[in-house]
Amino acid sequence: MTEGIAWFVAALALAVALYAVVLAVRNKPVDNPLFWAVSVVEIVLVITLIGGCVALARTSRDVDGGLFASYLVTVVVIPPAAVLWGIAEKSRWGTGVVIVALLTVAVLMERTLQIWQASSV
Amino acid sequence: MSETSTGFGRVLIAVYAIFALAASARSIFQMVTDFEAAPLAYVLSAVAGVVYIVATIALAKGLVRLAWITIGFELTGVIVVGFLSLLDSDLFPDQTVWTAFGQGYGYIPLVLPIIGLWWLRRVTSAEGPP
Repeated sequence: MTEGIAWFVAALALAVALYAVVLAVRNKPVDNPLFWAVSVVEIVLVITLIGGCVALARTSRDVDGGLFASYLVTVVVIPPAAVLWGIAEKSRWGTGVVIVALLTVAVLMERTLQIWQASSV
Repeated sequence: MSETSTGFGRVLIAVYAIFALAASARSIFQMVTDFEAAPLAYVLSAVAGVVYIVATIALAKGLVRLAWITIGFELTGVIVVGFLSLLDSDLFPDQTVWTAFGQGYGYIPLVLPIIGLWWLRRVTSAEGPP
C-alpha cells in the first residue's frame, strides 16, 4: 500500500510537471491552472506527511524515522518555495522553476519509499 | 533585481537551492548520526553544502565575483573528488554529493557548475566587464 501511495504522488507531480513543460515550450509564465495544480500536489504532500508520520508511529519495523520524516517535510516545503520564486519571473523560466521543483518532488518520493522499505530487506 | 537571477538564472538558482539543501541536510544528518564512520566524506559533504549555499546566494543577489569563485571551486571539487573516489574507494567509505562525479545525483553535480560558469560568462559579457 505504501508503495502505491509513493508512486501515486510521484506520478501526480510528474503529470503536473508535464503540463508545465507544455507551458514552458509555449513560452508562457506560471498560469492559474498550473498554480492550482501545484496546490493540489501540495495538499496531497501534506496528507502524505501526516499519513507517513502515523504509519511510522504504528509500524513495528525498524525504519530510520528521522530520515524518513525529514524527507516528507522537505517535500512539503519545496512546491510553495518554488511557486513564490517562479511566479516573480514572468517568462517561461518562471515555469521552469516549477518544473524543477516537481521533478525534485518525484525523485524525493522515490527516495522516501526506499527509506521506508530499507528495513524490510 | 540582478542580471544573474532573471530569465534562465531563475531556474539555475532553483537547482542550486535544492542542492544546497540536499548537500547540507545530508552532511548534518551524517555527522549527527555516525560521524566516526566516514569523517572525511562527511566533512566533504558539509563543505559541498556550504559551497552550494554561498553560490545560491551569490547568484540570487548578483554577486558576480563571489559566484565565479564558488562555482569555480565547485567544479574543481566535483572533478577532484570524482577522480579520488574512483582511484581509491577506501578514502570515502560513505557517499557524498561529489562521489564518482555526482553519480548518485544523476551527474547533476558535474553538469551544474559548467552551466553555472556558462551563465555567468553570458550575463557578464552582455553587461560588459563586472
